Amino acid sequence: MSVDAATVRRIAHLARIAVSEDEVPHLQGELNAMLAFVEQLSEVNVEGVEPMTSVTPMQMKKRQDVVNDGEIADDIVANAPATEGHFFLVPKVVE
Amino acid sequence: MTDLTSLTLAEARKGLAAKTFTSLELTDAHLSAIEAARVLNAFVMETPDRARDMAKAVDEKIARGDAGPLAGIPLGIKDLFATKGVRTTACSKILGNFVPTYESTITSQLWRDGAVMLGKLNNDEFAMGSANETSCFGPVGNPWRREGSNTTLVPGGSSGGSASAVAALLCMGATATDTGGSIRQPAAFTATVGIKPTYGRCSRWGIVAFASSLDQAGPIARTTRDAAMLLRSMAGHDPKDTTSVDVPVPDYEAAIGRSVKGLRIGIPKEYRLDGMPAEIEKLWSEGAAWLKAAGAELVEVSLPHTKYALPAYYIVAPAEASSNLARYDGVRYGLREQGKNIIEQYENTRARGFGAEVRRRVMIGTYVLSAGYYDAYYLRAQKVRTLIKKDFEDCFAKGVNAILTPATPSAAFGIGEKGGADPVEMYLNDIFTVTVNMAGLPGIAVPAGKDAQGLPLGLQLIGRPFDEETLFSLGEVIEQAAGRFTPARWW
Repeated sequence: MSVDAATVRRIAHLARIAVSEDEVPHLQGELNAMLAFVEQLSEVNVEGVEPMTSVTPMQMKKRQDVVNDGEIADDIVANAPATEGHFFLVPKVVE
Repeated sequence: MTDLTSLTLAEARKGLAAKTFTSLELTDAHLSAIEAARVLNAFVMETPDRARDMAKAVDEKIARGDAGPLAGIPLGIKDLFATKGVRTTACSKILGNFVPTYESTITSQLWRDGAVMLGKLNNDEFAMGSANETSCFGPVGNPWRREGSNTTLVPGGSSGGSASAVAALLCMGATATDTGGSIRQPAAFTATVGIKPTYGRCSRWGIVAFASSLDQAGPIARTTRDAAMLLRSMAGHDPKDTTSVDVPVPDYEAAIGRSVKGLRIGIPKEYRLDGMPAEIEKLWSEGAAWLKAAGAELVEVSLPHTKYALPAYYIVAPAEASSNLARYDGVRYGLREQGKNIIEQYENTRARGFGAEVRRRVMIGTYVLSAGYYDAYYLRAQKVRTLIKKDFEDCFAKGVNAILTPATPSAAFGIGEKGGADPVEMYLNDIFTVTVNMAGLPGIAVPAGKDAQGLPLGLQLIGRPFDEETLFSLGEVIEQAAGRFTPARWW
């Protein structure tokens, strides 16, 4: 499988990465090189094989449903580019 | 006091205990070495004040006789580990001047045991790379150069700063992480020892995530004994990481010098690649001969799905990365680029903040997870991963204790020499190491010799799950036989 220019633009939008028109051909070439490389997986017979979900044979641990952290709002917003009080500021989302 | 930097960690521990020198003296010697080696670009942030404060505090503890197992030992920390109050960037512009308000579990355990932080080490951006060339702070120089040449070579990656700093005697050991070979490949390129433990052995909490089902932290050190000492402090169960495994941490150092008599060592025929350099082939046979001389039994084994590990990795790892890196949106931390609306703000922030390699991997990951392609790519790759793991299980079930392979298909190369035209060329560096991440197994790289140009080469040993001890015992045998390798200082 290979991707065309329209698909490159669609993927970029899905990944939320701005891509300029002149970057598209280059990216298309690179993505197709990677897709060509992984193409060899189609030779493998995976009939009846379970997909891996955990590399170690263990049950997912569950934490107690209790409050064990908190009251650190200053820490949470400490690195934010724009805040007001304990809120993150973003451009208007809902008209 | 510059000779203090040439001690191994184990020797420094003795000297500190005997009060031959203090941690402050040892720390100062390393801080001077770092200052004199800035041309290597191994450190992206030096923390001399903090280092001296930590050293003084630990010197008092040593004087009181209540010192931890790493008391007074100066270490470098890969910039992927969150360090409280000290800028942590994963060497990406998108994290900007991120200063964590918390400490990663692994580093907190190192400080608990008395280690001293010298600073933060360079790495490939988000650990994506095999040459430490994708860092937003620029490439790292390898302290090793080809005989008679002034060309600066890469130290490997992604833990290139860690490997370079340890090899150049700038720190006694370093933390590192390994998703496809990022501890073992740079260790092999710099004649240092690097171990990627079993998945779940070390907590991932507070480490910047790349591909969560593959990421695992471990140490890079000057000897197998030093690596064993560091891993003991780094490993252990952590309730904050749900994949961290609750099994006791053995005294890894006790495995150093333990007899390897009767151990069965598998030599996988699929690792004998077409066109493999004769030097690598020779190194591999030498390694096998050393283990045999120490009493181990060599057996040829087959890992039939080996060739599919790298392509499967380049589906699984980017897919997980695209999901993990969704958090970098310019809202809660790091870089923010303005846009007309919030979507444009995300798109501009991520275009500006991520480097080319990261953008490429996030996009390929987004594609293989997107509607209509998930089954063909991601699901198939996860099935292939099951088969890769089964190859190893079958091998261990036949009584094989560990597997010996080359660590890399070549020695270190020049900055800018690889991957310029085709990203896959760079990816092939990890061909021998990536299988181990796919199967969640422990793997160690130990220096074993040099190529015709005088550059170091390493061997890899792959172990059963949670049997890092056998890797340390076998690694020590190779180290004893091959000797230690130190680069001639040119910086």
